[in-house]
Amino acid sequence: MAEGVKPRVKVPKSASAGEVITIKTLISHKMESGQRKDGDGNPIARSIINRFVADFNGQNVIDVTLEPAISTNPYFQFEATVPESGEFTFTWYDDDGSVYETTKSIEVS
Amino acid sequence: MTLTRRDVFVLGSAAFAGTALAGMPAFASATDDLIAEFTGGAEAGSGALVLTAPEIAENGNTVPIEVDAPGAVAVAIFADGNPVPAVATFNFGPLNPSRSASTRIRLAKSQNVIAVAKMEDGSFVRADAAVKVTIGGCGG
Amino acid sequence: MKKYLVATAAIFAASLAYAGEDSTLAIEGEVFVTEVDAPEHMENVSTLYSGWTFRADETQALQLDDFDNPAFLFLDQAIDQWDTVEGSEGKSCSTCHEDVADFAGLKSTLPRVEDGELVTMTNLVNECVTDRMGAEPWKYSGAKMSAMTALIAHQSRGMTMNVAIEGDAAPFWERGKELYYTRVGQLDMACSNCHEDNYGNMIRADHLSQGQINGFPLYRLKNAKINTTHGRFKGCMSNIRATPFKEGSEEFKALELYIASRGQGLSVETPAVRN
Repeated sequence: MAEGVKPRVKVPKSASAGEVITIKTLISHKMESGQRKDGDGNPIARSIINRFVADFNGQNVIDVTLEPAISTNPYFQFEATVPESGEFTFTWYDDDGSVYETTKSIEVS
Repeated sequence: MTLTRRDVFVLGSAAFAGTALAGMPAFASATDDLIAEFTGGAEAGSGALVLTAPEIAENGNTVPIEVDAPGAVAVAIFADGNPVPAVATFNFGPLNPSRSASTRIRLAKSQNVIAVAKMEDGSFVRADAAVKVTIGGCGG
Repeated sequence: MKKYLVATAAIFAASLAYAGEDSTLAIEGEVFVTEVDAPEHMENVSTLYSGWTFRADETQALQLDDFDNPAFLFLDQAIDQWDTVEGSEGKSCSTCHEDVADFAGLKSTLPRVEDGELVTMTNLVNECVTDRMGAEPWKYSGAKMSAMTALIAHQSRGMTMNVAIEGDAAPFWERGKELYYTRVGQLDMACSNCHEDNYGNMIRADHLSQGQINGFPLYRLKNAKINTTHGRFKGCMSNIRATPFKEGSEEFKALELYIASRGQGLSVETPAVRN
């Protein structure tokens, strides 16, 4: 696992049935592009998060393919419809095989 | 005929361009090739796709962009002046009502950011935004 | 002398109004002072402007919402560090300090003189790390220290910069002032040449700020991490091709006090976001 990777997710705690909510996600990651060289002129190997997925109760909200042009500490903002109470699952996939996952519950009235 | 320095330069560039085109045709159109790959060769028209990007980016490391494509199943983003033009592909799931998303991207220099949306009916829509990346004084 | 004037004119382009002159910095309803009358001890400047006012709309926006502000990733790391036991005494920060929020008001009054010595927040943190926790001191602008000082300084966000410059502090302040106006390096420039004589003007495609430090430690887009005041001073000195003083040196501590005093009246913005 790359060092110091930490996700932050902003989801409202509650919503009404069928409401459209805004979700923001941020994760600490260098997103080493593979284009840079070290002090000795040797290329630094690419090491990025290459995929981000947000699901709600098993149904997909967004599935993003990331390339090295995504900035350090990748940020996404998007909307989701919440039909019922449940849990969002956010998953980031690292080039090195690591998977970072975090969940957020939402109460639907 | 008198050749000025400028003429020589133009001739030289033309010769180089010719060589480059003959030698490696994919080079000049890496972005076009990637777009064609995404669309399966279909023509991308204009339509319900809005790409928002700053006209001038203060720092190419972190350029905020937003795509808004009602009725799209996926939107691919490209930056035609980056060493690797592909930026990201957003695939929207059934619980995504607006088919919009924001992120922050890297731009190596001033260039065009291109968004191509795949619509639910299988057609493709394209939107371009030119972004100038400034060279900072002490900040850049 | 003439040669230098020409060189300077080439670096600073024509005067242009900076990006966000009329915009307001408000975070979760709290409005920050980003423009205020300069304190009496500033002889050549009448109005103070936060570095935020010089930035482009997109950069400014990153500071308006604590979720959009990437610095908080690092503050989260510092919150974990707060409870992490380190050193021979089996202590963490939270062993002695129940709540980091108790440090509200610290950043706005640092650096300050303690027992005849000028101390920065980094000095205070390292005193705890070595003397009370029995651990090796953290690197002055290392990742751990930058994040921790940002977390502690953040507790003072919205408070007014108010460092002591008289009494015990006076000789340090005078030393800092002298450094501020001393030309150094191959480009033969002082802090004042950019940040007092030319703030608001363009340096290439960039707006020069007043060099205020009320938002430090802060997140820079340039290197996508938390940057400290001494790290920034080092960067400035390298840019004018001078040999930088060391982070934590007496020179940089005195300069930090003087520059902090040039921001008296501005709100603490930590963690700010800059270019």
